[in-house]
Amino acid sequence: MSFLQSVALAWDTIRVQKLKSFFTVLGVTIGVTFLIAVVSIVGGMSRYMEDDLVGKLIAVNSFSLRSRPDFQIGDATQAQRNEWRRRPRILVSDVPPVAAALAPGVLWSTESGSNLQVESAYGRPRSTQCSTISNDWFAIKKMGVSQGRLISPQEYANGAPVVVIGQDVADHFFPNLNPVGREVRIQDIPYTVIGVAEKQGSVFGQSLDKFLLAPEKSPLNRWVNPHGVIDAMVIQGPDDAGMREAMEAARGVMRARRHLHPSQPDNFELETSDSALEFWNKLKGYLVMAGIALPTVGLVVGAIVIMNIMLVAVSERTREIGIRKSLGARRKDILNQFMVESATLSTLGAAVGVALGIAFAKIIAALSPLPAAVEVWSIFLGVGVGAGVGMIAGIYPASRAALLDPIAAMRQET
Amino acid sequence: MGGEVVRALRGIDLAIARNEYVAIMGPSGSGKSTLMNIIGCLDTPNAGEYWLNGQMVSTMSDDQLARVRNKEIGFVFQTFNLLPRATALHNVELPLVYAGMSSDERKRRAKEALTKVQLDNRMDHRPNELSGGQRQRVAIARALVNNPSMLLADEPTGNLDSATSEEIMRVFENLADTGQTVVMVTHEPDIAAHARRVVVLRDGLISTDDTREAFAARHGL
Repeated sequence: MSFLQSVALAWDTIRVQKLKSFFTVLGVTIGVTFLIAVVSIVGGMSRYMEDDLVGKLIAVNSFSLRSRPDFQIGDATQAQRNEWRRRPRILVSDVPPVAAALAPGVLWSTESGSNLQVESAYGRPRSTQCSTISNDWFAIKKMGVSQGRLISPQEYANGAPVVVIGQDVADHFFPNLNPVGREVRIQDIPYTVIGVAEKQGSVFGQSLDKFLLAPEKSPLNRWVNPHGVIDAMVIQGPDDAGMREAMEAARGVMRARRHLHPSQPDNFELETSDSALEFWNKLKGYLVMAGIALPTVGLVVGAIVIMNIMLVAVSERTREIGIRKSLGARRKDILNQFMVESATLSTLGAAVGVALGIAFAKIIAALSPLPAAVEVWSIFLGVGVGAGVGMIAGIYPASRAALLDPIAAMRQET
Repeated sequence: MGGEVVRALRGIDLAIARNEYVAIMGPSGSGKSTLMNIIGCLDTPNAGEYWLNGQMVSTMSDDQLARVRNKEIGFVFQTFNLLPRATALHNVELPLVYAGMSSDERKRRAKEALTKVQLDNRMDHRPNELSGGQRQRVAIARALVNNPSMLLADEPTGNLDSATSEEIMRVFENLADTGQTVVMVTHEPDIAAHARRVVVLRDGLISTDDTREAFAARHGL
């Protein structure tokens, strides 16, 4: 008997016993539902972390040279923290040698920031993240303005008291007003708003539009860092290879300036989006493990249920098996018949589970901040797992059926 | 199952030629079911040989026996043994399914076989929508669909009233006339008397082996 005929036969059998078939595969359906839902949500979060979050926080192909990591990676030891604390800070005087070592086409900018009290004539004073930056910062971040303009080269060179503010800052200090040309005061020094940055959106409910940017040489610099010190130097290569090259150049310059012996580790940080993703990848590992382990319990229970129902089916259909054998069915034919029936049943259950899992993931995505992305491979995995569970569960009942003696089987009352 | 060994057959020497129409008769416990199982390749003897159509069947494995049953033997049972959920056509197709025939060819031959037993208008009916005689005719069509060397009937009229029994016997008669080898197991002498040769078993041995006329004379039929 061909495979397709076996499937058709199995389908007939399932069709006449819809309710029973439904209960039989419930375990598999639930297992696959959760498998798909978890994989979709983890996949969605993953995509979100990798493309969106990290892309927003760290520009593509860029890294930052800083004294210690900005993104805390889960389980740093106390010793590690202490070492970070002892590191020297990045100096303004480090910038020209590092910049000189970079290949043409590599963009760089300094970056220093602090939370400062900002005031305006139109809103209550508020603590705001204020940063000073140099020429190529907006180009690296690919950030434009929705109103006004960016900081000009002359303003960078002169250290003009001008600021570009984030959308939330604009909304707070200049409600229903055009902020361009108006004034904010920080530590009693007035700054002119020349632009409002394009809306950056939010990650995990945290707005990315609460910032204020001024030229590095502006008076603001005094308040964001001690004299002669910067937080970081942001460097962007033209591509990933260019970035790696720039990292090595920066590393070489910094190690030379700090007189590090080859045996000593770096006492500064070259932080890429990889470092930020490292934490996420660790978390994702646990989530995926949980997402596999829990449905597995469901699938094992599902397999046992299917095995039991198939054993019942074999004993209910003993006479049918006897008749088939008397007509020339070999052991293999009977084995196939029941294996295919079990696998078809289970695969159908898994297919329903895939559909439910996708629906479940979409519902969660719609009702919560968790994103969901249905991975195509997970659909194949789900259906494949279903077929596998069905086959494993079918082995024992099917081999019992195959070994039945046709004479005894046909004698059975139905 | 139990510890007791029962010798159902104790040395039977029986040759059935092609085109013969033979009835095997005997009271219950005479060993006729065991003989029928051996002839039908459903069972193999513990000792002795069984040759069917040039093949030594008595030492074959289960799967080889299945092949032989499929090719050489068409069964007709007392209880019809049709698959209840399948249509008459599908029931008749079954032996061809296990012979590995293509779907179109199967359908064509199954329809032909059903037409031969005058059931061409009942092909899409399930067994429970057919009368006893019709069911047995479906079973006969199924038995013949793969052109077996032997039609083997086990109490073919056991579940039928006498009018229907006569009808089935006429079908057998016609088959025998066309050269089909028919072996029929029964305990009813008047049914056995339809065959052209009657073998009577008693206690696992052949007690008589007569022509129809001699058998009829002996039983006063």
